[in-house]
Amino acid sequence: MQPKLEVSQISVRYGDKEIVRKLSFSLARGSIGCLLGPSGCGKTTVLRAIAGFEPLSSGHISVDRQQISDEDHHLPPEQRQIGMVFQDFALFPNMTVSGNIRFALKGWRRKEQQQRISQLLDMIGMRDLAKAYPHQLSGGQQQRVALARAMAPRPSMLLLDEPFSSLDVELREQLAQEVRNILRQENITAILVTHDQQEAFAMADEICVMDKGRIQQQDSAYNLYHKPANRFVAGFIGEGVLIPGVVESPGSVTTELGAIQGMVPKGCKPGCKVDVLIRPDDIVHDDAAGETAVVSERAFRGSEFLYTLRMPSGIKVLCLAPSHHKHSIGETIGIRLEFDHLVVFPQEQAASSTGDSSICQSFS
Amino acid sequence: MKTMDHQADVRFLQDEEGELLVVSSGSWRVAALKMVVPILERQTRNIRNQSLRWDVSRISSIDSAGIVLFKHYLDQLQAQGCKVEVVGASPAQQKLYRMVTSYISASPEIRGSPQSRLLRPFNRLGELAMAFLRDINAFLSFVGENFVVLMLLLLQPWKFRYRAIVRNIQDAGVGALPIVTLTSFLIGVVIAYQGAVQLQKFGANIFVVDMIAISVTRELAPLITAIVVAGRTGSSYTAQIGVMKITQEIDAMRIMGFEPHRFLVLPRVIAVMIALPLMIFFADIIGILGGMLVANFHLNISFTEFIHRLQNVLEVKHVWIGIAKGPFFAWLIAMSGCFRGFQVSRNTESIGRYTTISVVNAIFLVIACDALFSVLLTELGI
Ligand SMILES: Nc1ncnc2c1ncn2[C@@H]1O[C@H](COP(=O)(O)OP(=O)(O)OP(=O)(O)O)[C@@H](O)[C@H]1O
Ligand SMILES: [Mg+2]
Repeated sequence: MQPKLEVSQISVRYGDKEIVRKLSFSLARGSIGCLLGPSGCGKTTVLRAIAGFEPLSSGHISVDRQQISDEDHHLPPEQRQIGMVFQDFALFPNMTVSGNIRFALKGWRRKEQQQRISQLLDMIGMRDLAKAYPHQLSGGQQQRVALARAMAPRPSMLLLDEPFSSLDVELREQLAQEVRNILRQENITAILVTHDQQEAFAMADEICVMDKGRIQQQDSAYNLYHKPANRFVAGFIGEGVLIPGVVESPGSVTTELGAIQGMVPKGCKPGCKVDVLIRPDDIVHDDAAGETAVVSERAFRGSEFLYTLRMPSGIKVLCLAPSHHKHSIGETIGIRLEFDHLVVFPQEQAASSTGDSSICQSFS
Repeated sequence: MKTMDHQADVRFLQDEEGELLVVSSGSWRVAALKMVVPILERQTRNIRNQSLRWDVSRISSIDSAGIVLFKHYLDQLQAQGCKVEVVGASPAQQKLYRMVTSYISASPEIRGSPQSRLLRPFNRLGELAMAFLRDINAFLSFVGENFVVLMLLLLQPWKFRYRAIVRNIQDAGVGALPIVTLTSFLIGVVIAYQGAVQLQKFGANIFVVDMIAISVTRELAPLITAIVVAGRTGSSYTAQIGVMKITQEIDAMRIMGFEPHRFLVLPRVIAVMIALPLMIFFADIIGILGGMLVANFHLNISFTEFIHRLQNVLEVKHVWIGIAKGPFFAWLIAMSGCFRGFQVSRNTESIGRYTTISVVNAIFLVIACDALFSVLLTELGI
């Protein structure tokens, strides 16, 4: 199927600073993509380039196979028919909530406008605030109005810049689910920007992890967690630590926690030093186990404790344990490895010479 | 270690096969490099498109200055098409080389010589001139865009935002009446007083009417009203649009398919172009009224006398000329106000800066335009 949106090798600069560098991705019609990355990595800038607010210094963007931006041609935003939720809402202060939504519905018949507005007010749960002005609303309420306004005219493509960031967890999950259903129903292609992994995992079909203006990995949530392409993705997605190890044979790596079985790819010869990614759920608390570690930190997570454990050599690892196993700081507990996937990165020197993107990983 | 080792040295030799060999030796530290620089400078200049070997094994010690010097001439040789093979570098030297070269910037900052310091004012002048030209260029394209949108709207006149125009007339025109009343009244008073002092000397009191009538209607009322509007409305246009720019309301409008020129600029420009001529006419009346009061108290010219004289001397063309300047001034004020508003960037402090710039620009443009009118009308004998 033809992709709805195709972003190809785009670069965007502010002054002499290149904020987005040779970034590419594409999105199928009706799917929800997500740009996930730390603050300041250029997510908003990518969205603004797609919306047509920022000129490209190289590359091009097409929607429905029509080129809308390249180095020297540039369709103005008002002709792109894209919806956008801005990170700081950008509501019109002199219009009420329903006025703001109605503004997006120019050219609709009065009755249809009313219908759509009340449908959206129900979605965001703000029917009784329809006549309020933006300055009378809380941050989260303003954000919901901005979302409703962007979705109102049923654009064929929607750009959402952190649309749930000011909402509490419960409302966020509920609204995200509802928005997702509506996007599906109306076959809207959407790009969601966020720095919250849970939100990305819940909403998106396809996730692009960004850092420093580049896409580090475009993949499904499962693969991002279990098969990170590089150290950045491994550190950014989920929790975990990298511990040093040595490749013993093509099928095993020795670490302080013992030998870990799993395919080591060709790049890493026996004897070569590597870092192994250990997730908290890879380590199981087991008093009968041979290995021991000292509890150095403890964080309560409701049903579980997240322990930070110090190994005899000083290396720290994370461990999730059911919260009825309560251990105090300084206590020594037994641990055991329970491994599904082996994720291995060559150690620094090797990594810098071959480029950080060289991946050594495999399934066990 | 021999004493000779304390100075850096470099020799250019031919080996048995005729291949060029560069041998460097001694201490390549910052204090010991003085001698090798002229040698390297002289020798490397003439070596082109050859392959050569650079033996560094006899260098006893090296620091970052030595590395930078080595790298400079290595680059120069390579730029001249030479193939250079470096031999005999110790691991420590290689490590330092890698470290230093990773910090060498491709575009080093150049410190100005005294000569360039003298040139600096001219440099600055040039930069300012370029910035000025860019500004004009941006203004002209803004005007051009606005004109295109206007032309398209003239074909579909129902798309004008009449309600916004009326509201802006209310804000810019009706709202400004008190201050326009006050200033034009005072201008009438001032002119009458100044005239009275001079004219009394000649006993030509009645001529004060001619003076007030013509100067107020033709020049002063349009100018003063325009300056009041520039300070009041021009600045508020910059601030309004600037705030909308910062809160991204303009971006939000554009992405919803609304053209900012049609929605924000044209209603404002048209409103001021309608309001300002009316305000000028109003200011004419108030200014003459002010003059009439002073003439009465100070020069003992009765109101009937004043009005009678006024009817005789004030040709209607003077009033029309004054009013006709209105739309031109209004266009300059509203356009520069809106233009500067769109230039506001994403920090609030720039609103203040651009508001000031917009008022200064508008007042300057109004006065320049008025001068142009004076010259043209005089030359045309009107
Ligand atoms: N108008 C601008 N002028 C200059 N630099 C800018 C401008 N806007 C953004 N930047 C820079 O571009 C970089 C990326 O900004 P961007 O807003 O895209 O980040 P982001 O990924 O959206 O971050 P966040 O999650 O905090 O919103 C930042 O380092 C910022 O300093
Ligand atoms: Mg952002």
